[in-house]
Amino acid sequence: MGIFFHSVTLDESKCVGCTNCIKRCPTEAIRVRSGKAVIMSERCIDCGECIRICPHHAKRAKHDHLSMLEKFTYKIALPAPSLYGQFNNLDDQDYVLSGLKKLGFDDVMEVSGAAELVSEATRRLMDAGTLQRPVISSACPAVVRLIRVRFPDLCDHVLPLLSPMETAARIAKQQAMQKTGLPKEQIGCFFITPCPAKVTDIRMPIGIEKSEVDGAIAISEIFPQLSSRMDKLTPKDLESLSNSGIIGVSWATSGGESSALLKEKYLAADGIENVIRVLEEIEDERIGELDFIELNACSGGCVGGVLCVENPYVAIARLQRLRKYLPVSQNHLEKNKTVPEEMNWGSGLEFSNVLTLSEDISRAMEMMMEIDKVEAELPGLDCGACGAPSCRAFAEDTVRGSCRKEDCVFILRKEIRRFADSLSNLDLDGGKRTNDDE
Amino acid sequence: MSMLQLRYSVPGDDFTRAGEASGDVKHKLKKLGYNPSAIRRVSIAMYEGEINMVIHAGGGEANVDVDPDKVVIVLTDHGPGIADVEKAMQEGWSTAPDNVRSLGFGAGMGLPNMKKYSDEMTIDSVVGQGTTLKMVVYAQSEKS
Repeated sequence: MGIFFHSVTLDESKCVGCTNCIKRCPTEAIRVRSGKAVIMSERCIDCGECIRICPHHAKRAKHDHLSMLEKFTYKIALPAPSLYGQFNNLDDQDYVLSGLKKLGFDDVMEVSGAAELVSEATRRLMDAGTLQRPVISSACPAVVRLIRVRFPDLCDHVLPLLSPMETAARIAKQQAMQKTGLPKEQIGCFFITPCPAKVTDIRMPIGIEKSEVDGAIAISEIFPQLSSRMDKLTPKDLESLSNSGIIGVSWATSGGESSALLKEKYLAADGIENVIRVLEEIEDERIGELDFIELNACSGGCVGGVLCVENPYVAIARLQRLRKYLPVSQNHLEKNKTVPEEMNWGSGLEFSNVLTLSEDISRAMEMMMEIDKVEAELPGLDCGACGAPSCRAFAEDTVRGSCRKEDCVFILRKEIRRFADSLSNLDLDGGKRTNDDE
Repeated sequence: MSMLQLRYSVPGDDFTRAGEASGDVKHKLKKLGYNPSAIRRVSIAMYEGEINMVIHAGGGEANVDVDPDKVVIVLTDHGPGIADVEKAMQEGWSTAPDNVRSLGFGAGMGLPNMKKYSDEMTIDSVVGQGTTLKMVVYAQSEKS
């Protein structure tokens, strides 16, 4: 395993060592050790569930700041479609895009525009019939990482196409190089992100060698400044910049990507627990006859990302209003051609066995037998006081050697009682007892 | 050679819990780092058998023995038995009641799927006494 970058990190000073995050994590990646949460890097998929649940705000997402713009000569904002859902009464994306330019960006490239190209590329690939059905969307980086660690048999089903964000960055850089004559290194693309998983996706991309996105700025960070700039826009400030339609804007919400395929046999699930249930069923071939599966780790889709400011369902209602009079799609691939090579992943999704007990299957079996034995001694309350999410996970940690059985308060209590009993049974009077003792 | 023995009692009175045993087997095989295609075949074949025990036989026992080369699944019930095994093996033939058909079961694909996904399958059934069904899935197999 290489070195991991994660957006989701812990602020130790705020962590009180409670059990909220360990219980919530879909890959059992968090333990409480010495009173503080510890994230197991190789297991974390950056879904942000722990950020959402932590009542002490001890989990946070690392992301870039507007100050990073200074590093580049020409700065391009790549707003996620979910950004549009954060503003009340928005009836034109141009207010948001013009506001971004007032914040210091030289240009904007809507990720919703690139999403329309990805939708068209997906339609073509699906029609070509070469993909393994059902095809699973690769747009949500947390879902892709979940599949990579938990669903080995589904890795081949993941759509091997660049995300709209990555596609937008590539197009934006090409256009900027032509327009300005600057070398690529001096052009910076910044994704305005609803979620930490996208931040990770930029630093440690899947399917490609290197991301063309140079930074990711949280919607929640940019929102106050952006909305004040938008309020101050005069009619002459308002530029005509928007270039995406219903299909692109709909990618912000669950069901948007799949409805853009113009096919009937699809399923769209959102919320990490629902996503896991659907993946289990696909794995067991219990969901028949579907061509496409859209999965979003957050409830409602990207509008539910932990770095958004607005309630996801309010955002969905706003987007419905915004897209009402938009053209269906404003971006198209060249007619009658195959999908451009540069939109494809360079390599497929490879399973990562970070959750398996041992590389050696015989050793793994021995460990599992030991785990069963340890688990049988545990109370089965899944109380979390030991720092593991469940008694089963604790038994596994014990056998893996990362904690001791006595870290379970029930086992400890039993041990203490046994110790106390053996103390009280000690024959301190050398066998001579008085009648009072009896 | 180490062997992992997994034992389950499949309750016959709660249809909503059908599939839990095969789900647990799948989860454990993943933890062991078993061959993904073998995991899929084990979980589908066993799921079908488990559902059958619940629908037709009022539950039973599932004994799963895992060793590095193969998984042996033995499902034992004390239900009505299968009168005509050959007929039961035909695709589309089913005696499932309407209440489970409405959930999408009873398509008559249970036994054919078990045969399809396992490498070996034997059925030992006595009418009025019950059925023992044994399936073997090899870690490395031409089926995938």
